[in-house]
Amino acid sequence: MKVMSAATAPALRRDPAQGIAAGVCLGLARRLGVDPLAVRLAFVVAAAAGGLGIVAYVIAWAAIPAPAGAAVPGARRARAQVAAGGGLLMLALLLSLRELGLWFSDALVWPVVLAAVGGGLLWRQSRTSPLPSESPPRAEVAAGVYRGGFGVALVVGAGLLFLQTNGALGPARDVILAVVVITVALALVLAPLLWRLGRNLAEERSERIRSQERAELAAHLHDSVLQTLALVQKRADDPRAVATLARRQERELRAWLWDPGAPTPDASLAASLRAAAADVEEAHGVPVEVVTVGDAHVDDGTIALVAAVREALTNAAKFAGDAGPVALYAESADDRVQVFVRDRGAGFDPAAIPGDRRGVRDSIIARMARHGGHAAIHPAPGGGTEVELTLENVST
Amino acid sequence: MIDDHVIFRRGVRAELEGRVTILGEAGSVEEGARTVLALRPDVVLLDVHLPGGGGVEVIRRVASTRPAQRFLALSVSDAAEDVIAVIRAGARGYVTKTIGGEELADAIRRVHGGDAVFSPRLAGFVLDAFAGTMEPAAIDPELDLLTAREREVLRHLARGYLYKEIAHRLGISAKTVEAHVSAVLRKLQLSNRHELSRWAVERKLVD
Repeated sequence: MKVMSAATAPALRRDPAQGIAAGVCLGLARRLGVDPLAVRLAFVVAAAAGGLGIVAYVIAWAAIPAPAGAAVPGARRARAQVAAGGGLLMLALLLSLRELGLWFSDALVWPVVLAAVGGGLLWRQSRTSPLPSESPPRAEVAAGVYRGGFGVALVVGAGLLFLQTNGALGPARDVILAVVVITVALALVLAPLLWRLGRNLAEERSERIRSQERAELAAHLHDSVLQTLALVQKRADDPRAVATLARRQERELRAWLWDPGAPTPDASLAASLRAAAADVEEAHGVPVEVVTVGDAHVDDGTIALVAAVREALTNAAKFAGDAGPVALYAESADDRVQVFVRDRGAGFDPAAIPGDRRGVRDSIIARMARHGGHAAIHPAPGGGTEVELTLENVST
Repeated sequence: MIDDHVIFRRGVRAELEGRVTILGEAGSVEEGARTVLALRPDVVLLDVHLPGGGGVEVIRRVASTRPAQRFLALSVSDAAEDVIAVIRAGARGYVTKTIGGEELADAIRRVHGGDAVFSPRLAGFVLDAFAGTMEPAAIDPELDLLTAREREVLRHLARGYLYKEIAHRLGISAKTVEAHVSAVLRKLQLSNRHELSRWAVERKLVD
């Protein structure tokens, strides 16, 4: 099967907004990748040759869809008036061409015009026909049948008229011509059907892909949840491990259920703080309650801030994890980020940190200072310690 | 206690044993509203997500006959719109299901006493919802803006402080802290801030 080049060229669409008449030439030119002027000239030359160009233009107008949203809904009446006006103008033009002598013969032109109108109607219908899965309203079905029948009658009638006027119904010499004409008429009638069939197949395919995606997501979810449940059963004698497993699964599920489009840690301060909290929670088995208000962009300063927060969380989990959950609160507003890490442990005096314990001094205080920030460690009322980190001039 | 998970109800019942008397249980909106009206409890522990319309619907049905009924929302949901919606419907507090028994009993007592109960997460949602700017002409400072003190109290709640710790830190009485939180709750329920209204509309609280 030959692969169409539709993947690279733009889809065949009229452009009524920018085209001269109905945007047919412009659409064709874009699809073919040539100058619109060339296509327009071709149509004008063809129009001068017995009106063939005009007929071709009308067929193309009917057959090539306008881009989505171009049609004004509810403008049926106006559309009908325009169509009637266009038809009359076309008739006038054809008649003048006939008078001027730019004409093949009545026997050729009138059947072609009839066939064009009929074919146009059929193509138009196949374009707008609803999906077979949705049951269209009765009136619409009736209108479709009516329009379709009318189109078929026009095309067949045109073929017969052509044969009759050429005297081909009698003499055998024109049998070949008759066959050709009937074939063309049949092709005109059947092409929309085939087209519709192909389109429905494509729709079925995309529906299948969608349901496949759903099934994959469900499978993924079940896998992760069932996996965790199995682990929980295995480690039932270790309450801390069970709690950690449960919290990790809860986090994953929450993210999946409520934040499918949530920013990634490398794009959002709040997300990177949550990721850091999750890491610490998993490494030490101590729950970390994260509350964030507002958000900030990730840059050198906030990366350092997250690293300092990670250190503070680790300390809290290590030395005060038994006393209950660690609270992490971050607020970003007006170019300033403030983060509080609070535990409920025994507390410690920052001034009494031994010189060899460099974690707090280097990783938190000095790191914040290097990036124009500030760190303070103070005992919290009610017991425990609170680390307060502030960073100014942050793009929030 | 209204929650559609029997196992969870059993767990809460065990944890509250000896601290709070549980008058009855229900597992759906219909049953919940009926039970509350029949038993007239001091406080209703209410799950946010329930079959038949959610906790919001229970509050609405009960409120028409018993407007003074107090509700404490309890949920696993972290979604801001769910939490804000149930508070706007009339619940006097929100705690997550991971809360310990002692804390839950304390929260129930506080709601019974007419106070508001804010979990750190709810405090964060509220700070978020009241952040940002509004059309100056559209602001009703009584309802649409938080005072500096209210903001400070909420920040400490979000940081994991208890009421009495906040009182100690800010040098005010615990009663004053409670008054601030109640004022925030009132603003949360009555304000027309578009963030709050949007959440309410999404949950079909407003026609």
